[in-house]
Amino acid sequence: MLRTKQISGDLLKLQKEIQGYADDYGLDYFPQVFEMCDYDTINILAAQGGFPKRYPHWKFGMDYDQMSKGYRYGIQKIYEMVINSDPCYAYLLEVNNWLDQKLVMAHVYGHNDFFKNNMWFSNTNRKMMDVMANNGSKIRRYMDLYGVDRVENFIDQVLSLENLLDINHLFETSEVVQSRKEKEKKFLEEQDNGGYLVDDRSQALKSFMRSKSRSENDRSTDENSHENDIEIMAEKNVVKGQRDILKFLIEFAPLEEWEANIIGCLREEAYYFLPQRITKIMNEGWASYWHSTIMNNKAMDSSEFIEFADKHAGVMAMSKQQINPYKIGIELFRDIEFRWNTGRFGKEYNECTNMVEKENWDLKTNQGREKIFTLRKSHNDISFIDEFLTPEFCNRMKIFTYKYNPRSKRMEIDSRDFAAIKQKMLTQLTNFGSPVIEIEDPNYKNRKELLLTHVHYGVDLDMEFAAKTLNNLFKIWKRPVNIATKYEDKEVILAFDGKEMKAVS
Amino acid sequence: MDHPIKRDHARFKKIVKGKLRDNLRKYISEGQQIIPKGSDQFKIPMPSIDIPRFKFGDKSEGGSGQGEGQEGDPVEGQPGEGEPGQGEAGEGEGKKELEVEMSVDDLAQILGDELELPKIEPKGKNKLSSTVDRYTSIGTVGPDSLKHLKRTYKEALKRQVSMGVYDPKNPHVVPIRKDFRYRSADTKIEMENAAVVIYMMDVSGSMGEEQKEIVRTESFWINLWLKSQYKDIEIRYIIHDATAKEVDEDTFFRTRESGGTLISSAFKLCKQIIETDYNPAEWNIYPFHFSDGDNWSADDTKTCLQLLDDFLLPCSNMFCYGQVESRYGSGQFYKDLSQKYGSKHDDVILSKIKNKDAILDSIKEFLGKGK
Repeated sequence: MLRTKQISGDLLKLQKEIQGYADDYGLDYFPQVFEMCDYDTINILAAQGGFPKRYPHWKFGMDYDQMSKGYRYGIQKIYEMVINSDPCYAYLLEVNNWLDQKLVMAHVYGHNDFFKNNMWFSNTNRKMMDVMANNGSKIRRYMDLYGVDRVENFIDQVLSLENLLDINHLFETSEVVQSRKEKEKKFLEEQDNGGYLVDDRSQALKSFMRSKSRSENDRSTDENSHENDIEIMAEKNVVKGQRDILKFLIEFAPLEEWEANIIGCLREEAYYFLPQRITKIMNEGWASYWHSTIMNNKAMDSSEFIEFADKHAGVMAMSKQQINPYKIGIELFRDIEFRWNTGRFGKEYNECTNMVEKENWDLKTNQGREKIFTLRKSHNDISFIDEFLTPEFCNRMKIFTYKYNPRSKRMEIDSRDFAAIKQKMLTQLTNFGSPVIEIEDPNYKNRKELLLTHVHYGVDLDMEFAAKTLNNLFKIWKRPVNIATKYEDKEVILAFDGKEMKAVS
Repeated sequence: MDHPIKRDHARFKKIVKGKLRDNLRKYISEGQQIIPKGSDQFKIPMPSIDIPRFKFGDKSEGGSGQGEGQEGDPVEGQPGEGEPGQGEAGEGEGKKELEVEMSVDDLAQILGDELELPKIEPKGKNKLSSTVDRYTSIGTVGPDSLKHLKRTYKEALKRQVSMGVYDPKNPHVVPIRKDFRYRSADTKIEMENAAVVIYMMDVSGSMGEEQKEIVRTESFWINLWLKSQYKDIEIRYIIHDATAKEVDEDTFFRTRESGGTLISSAFKLCKQIIETDYNPAEWNIYPFHFSDGDNWSADDTKTCLQLLDDFLLPCSNMFCYGQVESRYGSGQFYKDLSQKYGSKHDDVILSKIKNKDAILDSIKEFLGKGK
């Protein structure tokens, strides 16, 4: 069932042309494949996160429903979609006109270059299409074996926890894991060889514990050892502070094999998408910078100018409710290019107090292009904003922060102060916009209850959602689950024991 | 083969239906939420079915935006002011309303399941007949547009084989005039059943907006159920104070008169309508009467009971009376009816509707008999 087809003829010629421009500018990309599809197909693909084959789940159906309606009623239209893979696949919409296709192609080369070069993507699986398809057939097989409802319900529960990831795992390559394991082993051996623990427990207890921990490897499927694992882990404080909740559950929750496998699949997919979530501003900014540069300087025909301006402006529209990543991204890249072209950086410039001199500062350093090429390799949104956001830029972009005013019951503009804006933006980007949740104690109250901590940076959790999420977590952990957080400045522990939800303060 | 996402889509729709079933009581008591769209489709607004996650509360989070404005100016723009083009307006915006579409049959089925409504056994079945043409057979004559190529070639092949001119090595099959086959229609007689619902409502001063709202909601669901049970359904509306007149749907729910109340006037008009338009032997007739229970005189009530006994009851499937509680209504008519017919009488169904929350139970009382 082939729903997309590779482009040919004039479009292929166009691709060659755009690719030539990309080469001229020094973009470094994976082989690029463009496929053409109709609007229904692009809705399907968009609903499935860009991938032609996913596991069966109703949420894809829901997204598809909304996308098709959005398209039918003319509310939204998907221009393009590009997948982080090698070769890099991108989809073009059949009904788009020539200018659209040109613009999209130029934009896609920007994304492609970013995927290939940004270090946060360096460990993503570039054959993810195959992995997704395999996960799909694996889960389909489980559905045949254990029933569609059962498997789908379990997926619902896991998806509830899908955002509890640890971005440090993006650099967890197999070599890193290997070397860490070796170190751990060495440490344990040292303990065995008369290495002593600095506590005052009896020698007998220590050796008992050691024998337990040794046996955990070869008896990991055993029910008893599972419980012992938890005790040992709690004892050693090994899992405390772990943010990769899904991995923790795979290792320590009482799961059947297929359940653990499904968590594994979904975790893999979640980590694949994670780099895109932490580089939204940069990625879109970079791609927009290049479509704008390529179109303006090379690819555009003079007759297309007005339409291009209109399309570009539509993409760059500012919104009062939220920062448009395309807009902030492209402007920040341009700002950086300008600053490094004119030498407006470093001690001398920063400490200059003569405003006239500062305004006309130009050392003709011309390092702008080079600078942005370098930083697109190493930064993510947080470090990008942290390092390059300037008061002048915020002023020019008319950025403000807003907050809820309980008296008037509406969102109101709060501040245009640079420090406040930067603080707000960074807070929102922290941990890809999700609350930071850590494992606190897998043997809470010494009853194998699970205690999580929400590391509170000033924003409360949505309590209704938290309660529902705990409910799902309980179904996986199968013992009472708790989360410690703050609500309206009070410390609370939200506890769910399978029957009722309690807030203990 | 369809794309697998269609299966995900079907599953999603099933979940939506389940959601709707769980919240049916809320939908019904809040009325007005279900918007008819076209002749047999409805649009139902529904809060998005989110997968619960640990996430930040909307209000304490706040955010940052771009644009003009002083400190303290409201940020909430018009919903359409989001990002046009490629931007994903909506991500992190929270409450997105989901709109689902549903057919009459699906919606009625949910209502039926929830209330455990029995299927209606229509009377007068096989009385009305209509003919339907279905292209189920094959003929030797017909227009080119109905030519059945496969059958035609089969005939040609048979003829060639039997005449010995068919050569398997050079399998040319050429149909001639008498090989041609055409799709042809079979005429079938289909039995139909038809129903008429006659709504009568007291629009005198004592019936307020809230009472009418209840009647409107209730009639919507009753119509829906009956529509799913009968092939053809007609709906007539009668309003009355001291006199009665027939009106259209819109007027029915809008009119407010200030006069007194003579219920018999409506019953008389109802009788007249049935006599002129609907032969009780062929039609399933459902008279519904809604009032707050006030009637001017005991004499008039007597006339009403007389009319019911002599004409309305014998010719209808059932007679339903819904008494909507109002501050001014005495509720006397309900007492009179229940005194006469009690709860044993199958053809007269009485229901008291206290408030919007009672609508669902009242619908069950009316339709629970399966008549």
